Amino acid sequence: MRTLTGREAVREALTEEMKRDEKVFLLGEDIGVYGGAFGVTAGMIDEFGEKRVRDTPISEAAIAGAAVGASLVGMRPVAEMMFMDFITIASDQIMNQGAKIHYMFGGQLNAPFVLRMPAGAAEAGAQHTQSLEALLYHIPGLKVVMPSTPYDLKGLLKTAIRDDNPVMFIEHKKGYGEKGEVPEEEYTIPFGKADIKREGKDVTIIATSHMVYKALNAAEELEKKGVDAEVLDPRTLVPLDMESIVKSVSKTGKVVIVHEAHRRGGIGGDIAARISDSDAFYYLEKPIKRVTGPNTPVPFSPVLESEFIPNEEKIIEAVLKITD
Amino acid sequence: MELSEEKKENMYRNMLRIRQFERKVDQFISRGDITGTTHLYIGQEAVAVGAVNALEKEDYISSTHRGHGHSIAKGSDIKEMMAELFGKSTGACKGKGGSLHIIDTETHNLGANGIVGGGIPIAVGAALAMDMQEKDEVILNFFSDGAMNQGAFHEAANLASTWNLPVVFVCENNQYGMSTSVEKAFNIKDLAARAKAYNIPGVKIDGNKVLEVYDAVKEGVKRAREGGGPSLIVAETYRWKGHSKSDAKVYRSKEEEQAWKDRDPIAHFEEELKNEGLLDDDKVKKIHEEVDSEIEKAVTFAQDSPYPAKKELFDDVYVDAEVEL
Repeated sequence: MRTLTGREAVREALTEEMKRDEKVFLLGEDIGVYGGAFGVTAGMIDEFGEKRVRDTPISEAAIAGAAVGASLVGMRPVAEMMFMDFITIASDQIMNQGAKIHYMFGGQLNAPFVLRMPAGAAEAGAQHTQSLEALLYHIPGLKVVMPSTPYDLKGLLKTAIRDDNPVMFIEHKKGYGEKGEVPEEEYTIPFGKADIKREGKDVTIIATSHMVYKALNAAEELEKKGVDAEVLDPRTLVPLDMESIVKSVSKTGKVVIVHEAHRRGGIGGDIAARISDSDAFYYLEKPIKRVTGPNTPVPFSPVLESEFIPNEEKIIEAVLKITD
Repeated sequence: MELSEEKKENMYRNMLRIRQFERKVDQFISRGDITGTTHLYIGQEAVAVGAVNALEKEDYISSTHRGHGHSIAKGSDIKEMMAELFGKSTGACKGKGGSLHIIDTETHNLGANGIVGGGIPIAVGAALAMDMQEKDEVILNFFSDGAMNQGAFHEAANLASTWNLPVVFVCENNQYGMSTSVEKAFNIKDLAARAKAYNIPGVKIDGNKVLEVYDAVKEGVKRAREGGGPSLIVAETYRWKGHSKSDAKVYRSKEEEQAWKDRDPIAHFEEELKNEGLLDDDKVKKIHEEVDSEIEKAVTFAQDSPYPAKKELFDDVYVDAEVEL
């Protein structure tokens, strides 16, 4: 099978959906001739023209608001926030407006737009590196997608564009360069279906976004130490595939949750609570462990940043604490 | 274009409908029959009615937290509006929205908005969709003096102008953002001057004169429909009541209030229509009776309607998906 980078997979999903449905269009900062800050939309303006690949002013509230408004009147906008950190500037449009429209208007309107946002630490300091999925996860009305591999990025983005709800699509910057198999044939991936990225019987590592790669590396090392780890990638946080999580945890009896976002109020805490609330609780043999970014801003210095980002070593350490 | 007699009478009726609806709501709010709070439109009726009548039926509006008047002017069913205020399942939003979120997609009303200025980018997005779909429609976006100092206004006005979108911005300058007067919140006297910053036409009008509002909005709508892009209309008016239920109006004088009440938009229009021979006292009395009876029916409908079933809490969070419990 051919391989694509994460960047190419996202671009292919956008391109295919724009060809399939003329209501789909892109808007965002520097997504036209520049090709987006991370090159995701490179060349698309040549293929689709500036009406459907719209460069915007640096106005995040207007970008998100225009996406909400256009979605109410028959279009299917896909807006790019240049960095996920910038959702804070657009937060009224995302959290008070887009997320609530279907509910507070009694189902009269729906807002089928997608907000794509590159997240994650990548040598840029405190305001261009955050993983803020927990903010979005908290808000009813939003769907939150956080893929890892090129295959998942493409299949889930196509589903996101076809979904009738606001979808927050979180892409990890380091995932843009990762390569993976992506079939030539058309496919989509349903929301709410976790993917077991590696089967194992001793411990369940639940990892999101780019942490999936680190969890897989850790699992390889753990195997050498005689620990057979299962790596579960939820792929979508809202909806969250608790069925697969419960099943895996019931099998292994041990859980390590890995995310790059800060620990306090991170989704790991909620996943742990949901496991405790479920039948899997009775199968737990050890405390649930979390490997996460600390409760600090993301620092710039490469030495400090790599201390911030969870890595294989920390995952292995956490696993061994509950499997030894 | 000269307005037909029928249309003028209907505008008068609609202004009255708004006022009487709001008076009734005011009673229910102060008695506690309607819970929560509400933002009454009394005193501003000429803006909603004048502006909406300058639209074609298919054109859109988007509204504000002080939105009852806009909905009534656009032709919403006042029974469903009243039921919504009572939190009943027959309400415009099935009781989910309340006063702050009344909507009516049938009349192309994209809804009221609880966030000051929050609706402006959305209206611009809707205009973008109309433009991209090459529709003949325009959107009229109501907001207030308060919203004009939100960043969202600046971002959205700039985008609408830069992309030449079919939106008419109607700023209702009712002189106060809650308690803060425009004098305290702006360092300009004419809010329409801000249009210059976006290279769009901006005009300040008497928002208590319904025909003046109509004429100004008509021009903005024509311009937008013909591809001329957005414009800004600042309608000077006054909210007679407090900002919301809790407002004791300590920040303004009785004299100031009276001066504006002396410029009552409904009384003014009534007099105009009487001078034109379109209305007389009998006709006015008849319209009053008809409007009051219609509102009584809305009240009865609202009071007789059931509350939502408790399980409806979980409905409509997502389209075609259950909320996770």
